[in-house]
Amino acid sequence: MKKLILWITLLAIAAPLAASAETINAAGATFPAPIYQKWFEDFHKAHADIQINYQSIGSGGGIRQLTEGTVDFGASDMPMTDDQLSKITKYKVLHFPTVLGGVVPAYSVAGAASLKFSGDTLAGIFLGNIKKWNDAALAKDNPGVKLPNEDITVVHRSDGSGTSFVWTDYLSKVSPEWKMKVGANTSVNWPVGLGGKGNEGVAGLVKQTPNSIGYVELIYAAQNKMEYGSVKNVAGSFVKADVASVTEAAAGAAKDMPADFRVSITNAPGKNAYPISSFTWMLLPDKIDDATKKKSIKDFLAWMLTTGQGNAADMFYAPLPKPVVAKEQKQIALIK
Amino acid sequence: MATVAVTAPPESRPRKLVNFWRDGDQITHLVTLLFAASVLLVTVFLVYELWIHSGPSRAKFGFSFLTGRTWDPVAEKFGALPFIYGTVLTSFLALLISVPLGVGAAIFLSELAPPKLSNACTFLVELLAAVPSVILGLLSIFTLVPLMRLYVEPFFKRTFGFLPLFQGPAYGVGYLTAGIALATMTFPFVISISREALLAVPREQREAALALGATKWESTWQVVVPFARLGIIGSIFLALARALGETMAVTMVIGNDTGIHTSLLAPGYTIAAIIANEFTEATGDIYLSSLVELGLVLFALTMVLNAAAQLLIIATTRRGSRQD
Repeated sequence: MKKLILWITLLAIAAPLAASAETINAAGATFPAPIYQKWFEDFHKAHADIQINYQSIGSGGGIRQLTEGTVDFGASDMPMTDDQLSKITKYKVLHFPTVLGGVVPAYSVAGAASLKFSGDTLAGIFLGNIKKWNDAALAKDNPGVKLPNEDITVVHRSDGSGTSFVWTDYLSKVSPEWKMKVGANTSVNWPVGLGGKGNEGVAGLVKQTPNSIGYVELIYAAQNKMEYGSVKNVAGSFVKADVASVTEAAAGAAKDMPADFRVSITNAPGKNAYPISSFTWMLLPDKIDDATKKKSIKDFLAWMLTTGQGNAADMFYAPLPKPVVAKEQKQIALIK
Repeated sequence: MATVAVTAPPESRPRKLVNFWRDGDQITHLVTLLFAASVLLVTVFLVYELWIHSGPSRAKFGFSFLTGRTWDPVAEKFGALPFIYGTVLTSFLALLISVPLGVGAAIFLSELAPPKLSNACTFLVELLAAVPSVILGLLSIFTLVPLMRLYVEPFFKRTFGFLPLFQGPAYGVGYLTAGIALATMTFPFVISISREALLAVPREQREAALALGATKWESTWQVVVPFARLGIIGSIFLALARALGETMAVTMVIGNDTGIHTSLLAPGYTIAAIIANEFTEATGDIYLSSLVELGLVLFALTMVLNAAAQLLIIATTRRGSRQD
């Protein structure tokens, strides 16, 4: 019995030692967390000596921890601002887009399926200017659909989130009034509506409240089989969000991609591009002192851009378009 | 010989120390003093941290932070009034519901109920007190909110619709729903502690009252309850503390709107809820320090209400008979 206890103790001490791999710490956005976890797990299976720990504490938290130097790399749903970048003096931050996501307008209106929304209409609803479902603007977007003479209940996210950033960023681009009165951020001063916590909070309120409209991530809407509308893009066609139409938005924006990848692709050109799409980024320092750690991180980035992209669509994330991947592969060399 | 004489005094000193340590009272005194001091230390450290990290926000907004009514992260303009209002209002509603309910239940359980029933109920009450608030929050979303929207709020609007307190659309979420959710969370505390206080009332008090010809109810209401008053007030303020600081369950049902509304059916916000909601994604120094300052405000609010509690106890003790 004593021997057994001894062995167990020894094993308990030895097990972590035996598996003592290169540990890389990362923190940030919650939106891509499911695929990041899968990537880090798959990568660990292929490279037993590299272990990446990811804490999904939110984009703001990821940027803060990177600035304070407590993690090896960060992740964010919105690119870092010039102001945030200027606070990091030891090295430059490189943005690596990893996957894409879309944000969709989800609603519950009795008898109205597959509604269509133009950008102006969505901004009008979320500003509180359009108050009824049978408003002329909505009727114009949806010819032939009989909409009820009921008040619209707007639902938005109450917690700060990249989803809100993408949504408000899009509304700022399509509506000057929204840009002036509200603006784009992870949390904003919402003119109207109820706040739900998380995608599940918004979805819960929308499902329960008759005649309501909110916004959730495409992945969330797809996995939970929620009713969501199509949105009018720059080319003038109403597009329903899916993996293909979100990737198309990235392809449309890829031509004018800035060298540092800090780009918003909401309202992107392209005939079938879904207009409320966004990249999500990993934020890496361009100078890593530890040589083995540097190699591990570079290996991971190379793997993520090739093998990793393959399993994005299975998890409802849109993979990066080819030209963006090629550009990012060049950027890996900048990590010194 | 001389050397012995010189070395003797240092020998006696450790012995004294040993004697000192052998004295159990001294050790207990020291250890418990340390424990007590740690409470003070943690509180001081908490205030210090909140004070330091809220620096940028205090410098920028000053006292207007307390009276400001906008919360705009884009323009970096922050004011705490809607959250203070929401916190006080929902806590007040929670107490309004849970105190009569809780004290009434405690009186029944300690004075009137047969012991078997009393024990079973007490067990259930303590079980209820241990339910995590996030569970109660989820439960509220899926059961309380639809009930409020479909039945309770339309009833209030029909019956009391002429009052500004019950106007506006019935969303199901709002101050009233949050108050009810908080009440379910706080009333187990009120029952549990009030019952203990009532049970602690000496038997002689009851017997004396009955001997004077009081009925069971008169003895309970006029003798036992006043005697246990301190314990009951204590339970109420513990419930208040819980209501003020409750986060998850409230944010799930209050609607999270940064406005100030008279109607109890309207959506609102509390201090704890907005900190939990926005802290993780807060970027920018002013934004972050404004959230920390909200924490400071909540701390101050709790202090003020606790002080009010003490004053209330002093005031009521003077009027009634002293117990010490």
